[in-house]
Amino acid sequence: MKIEKFSYDNTIVKNFGIAVIVWGIVGMLVGVLIAFQLAYPALNFGIEYTSFGRLRPIHTNAVIFAFVGNAIFAGSYYIIQRVLKARLYSDLLSKIHFWGWQLIIVLAAITLSMGFTQSKEYAELEWPLDIMVVLIWVVYGINMFGTIVKRRERHLYVAVWFFIGTWVTVAMLYIVNALSLPVTLTKSYSLFSGVQDALIQWWYGHNAVAFFLTTPFLGLMYYFVPKAAGRPIYSYKWSIIHFWALIFIYIWAGPHHLLYTALPEWAQALGTVFSIMLILPSWGGMLNGLFTLRGAWDKVKEDPILKMFVVALTCYGMATFEGPMLSLKNVNFLSHYTDWTIAHVHVGALGWNGFLVFGMLYYMIPKMWKTTLYSVKLANTHFLIGTLGILLYAIPLYWASFAQGLMWKKFTDSGQLQFQFLETVTHILPGYVARAFGGTLFLIGAILAAYNLYKTVKQGSFVANEEAEGVPLSEQPMPQGKVYWHTKIERKPFKLLILSLVAVSIGGIIEIIPTFKIDESVPVIKSVKPYTPLELEGRDIYVREGCYTCHSQMIRPFRDEEARYGEYSKAGEFIYDHPFQWGSKRTGPDLHRIGGKYNNVWHYNHMLDPEVTSQGSIMPPYPWLFEKDINVSNTPAKIRVMQKLNVPYEKGYDQKAVADLEKQAEGITQDLKNNKIEISSKKEIIALIAYLQRLGTDIKKAQ
Amino acid sequence: MRFTTYLKEIDQVQLFPIISLVIFVTVFIGATIYALTKDKKEMDEISQIPLND
Repeated sequence: MKIEKFSYDNTIVKNFGIAVIVWGIVGMLVGVLIAFQLAYPALNFGIEYTSFGRLRPIHTNAVIFAFVGNAIFAGSYYIIQRVLKARLYSDLLSKIHFWGWQLIIVLAAITLSMGFTQSKEYAELEWPLDIMVVLIWVVYGINMFGTIVKRRERHLYVAVWFFIGTWVTVAMLYIVNALSLPVTLTKSYSLFSGVQDALIQWWYGHNAVAFFLTTPFLGLMYYFVPKAAGRPIYSYKWSIIHFWALIFIYIWAGPHHLLYTALPEWAQALGTVFSIMLILPSWGGMLNGLFTLRGAWDKVKEDPILKMFVVALTCYGMATFEGPMLSLKNVNFLSHYTDWTIAHVHVGALGWNGFLVFGMLYYMIPKMWKTTLYSVKLANTHFLIGTLGILLYAIPLYWASFAQGLMWKKFTDSGQLQFQFLETVTHILPGYVARAFGGTLFLIGAILAAYNLYKTVKQGSFVANEEAEGVPLSEQPMPQGKVYWHTKIERKPFKLLILSLVAVSIGGIIEIIPTFKIDESVPVIKSVKPYTPLELEGRDIYVREGCYTCHSQMIRPFRDEEARYGEYSKAGEFIYDHPFQWGSKRTGPDLHRIGGKYNNVWHYNHMLDPEVTSQGSIMPPYPWLFEKDINVSNTPAKIRVMQKLNVPYEKGYDQKAVADLEKQAEGITQDLKNNKIEISSKKEIIALIAYLQRLGTDIKKAQ
Repeated sequence: MRFTTYLKEIDQVQLFPIISLVIFVTVFIGATIYALTKDKKEMDEISQIPLND
């Protein structure tokens, strides 16, 4: 047999590794800042670029796509070369992949802080960036499959399956959810509206967690845990069941984000059932990882890498148990819109993703620099601080969510709501402060890691091209004996790719197609009309400022919600909402029936300084809305795009829109003037007031 | 314009959850049988791959 000599490309792993640390620290820093903003609104600094509504998407996108994303690329490029015994397919593609992804991250940070957003959680990027993401993702795919084709190892190790599953599913989810019609280079409207848009967003949102934060990390786990422990995975058979069951079930669970909403009942039930079933493969995977360490627990006591993996797997187990519990309707009715969800995702993000990434870096970097870790003691300190950080982050938030959830639902004996919304917020502020310190601790741990790894790199010498050897597949004899059908599939990566695509798309199709019949399943409410041009511009300002990050627009059919906010929301009220603005968290009150609740003067004062109307409010002021003029240059184009999306504006309305807008703005300005407030009718605040006053009022007209 | 128009013709929405359950159960059982019938020796061999690089 002819043995070929080749080399592993470590440079690309190094580049992505550096990016992980840099963006990780940036993303966590923004997280810490917005956590403190919730307790001390002065930290919004009164300028638009640093207000919570714009920074929060930057935090989530930075952590998910920059920190975790770069870690997936670093780890998977390290692993696939080694388990496939081949250098990456193309050094050029690797370079394009790396620099393309970093460019997207930088552009994302800039555009999000400027308020260019599609307002879909974790999919906020506007359409030109979406296209770049897709292109770079394709480059990643070609590079990965190219490597698989030229591999020297017949079997695809299970880690590779997880990377393949990740690649196909993320591609499918991302494209479908991002479908939109552009108005300008920086503005587009979702192709979907209302209930349908919500369902697709959470089908995506949930599976972003599944296929960006979970499956690729299981790929990393299945390689690095055996490596660090020096023994094979506990059960390879389990890993097979784990893979298929996980990708198949995960894709269905999305609707659990929309329980008790205007989403059809059967879709909600489907989401719950599949969420409960998810416990099985998730726990199978966790136990498979933990059992790998059987007989090696003495090592775990000493080795910070194994310690981090153990905590990561434990957090994975906790989060995947908690997730299904949260999707039970009788838990969700309390937990939804509170900080419980935030605590839940951070157990996953800090524990599972964070610690797995740091464990991986502590393992990989000394190997590639042919040295040992600079300081094991420092890494142990990092482990300790990080673990404390996770606890200090999660526990106060769990308390806060229980406390607030119960306060929202409390009635006095005479049948009145016992607490004002604002009272429930000020009550939990100590929890917010503690959480912010927990996050700070975790960030300090990350900085220690950066220092430790920097020192490690300084003391070692980098091996850019690591020598390796292997026998080409064509020279290897086929294994003797009976060959099972599944063995054939496993050896054929493209079949595997297609089968995983089939697996995930069946889930998606069955879940989503029925909502396309939405015209029939959503009762038509005749009095629901399209927004006026001024309201539409106001809505775009609402989207730009990220109001949805703190305010829901979805009143669930509960006694307390109806008493507090008004009549519960109907599916038919959202048919012209491109994109939907239901939100997922009530840091502030629901706004669906805000229209007509207060007068224009109240809104004017409240947006200028929330403390004037609501003492103790943690909402930041929005002074720039009082200085900027409404941009009417795109209003006709916006109307035309809306018409294409079947919003029934009369033919040729785009030409009349601006005149109508000015007329309506004049009316609001006059009303303010009557109340001794002088402001030009061209200012953005006028449009925002118009939108807020319209919200949820259409069905009242019918009554 | 809306591509949803083309998909609106599908009837029997109430069958979708049932179909989904059937597909899930089939795949889950399939995956389990698949894993259990795998050859033990081959499994051990594959699980050694990461340790042999």
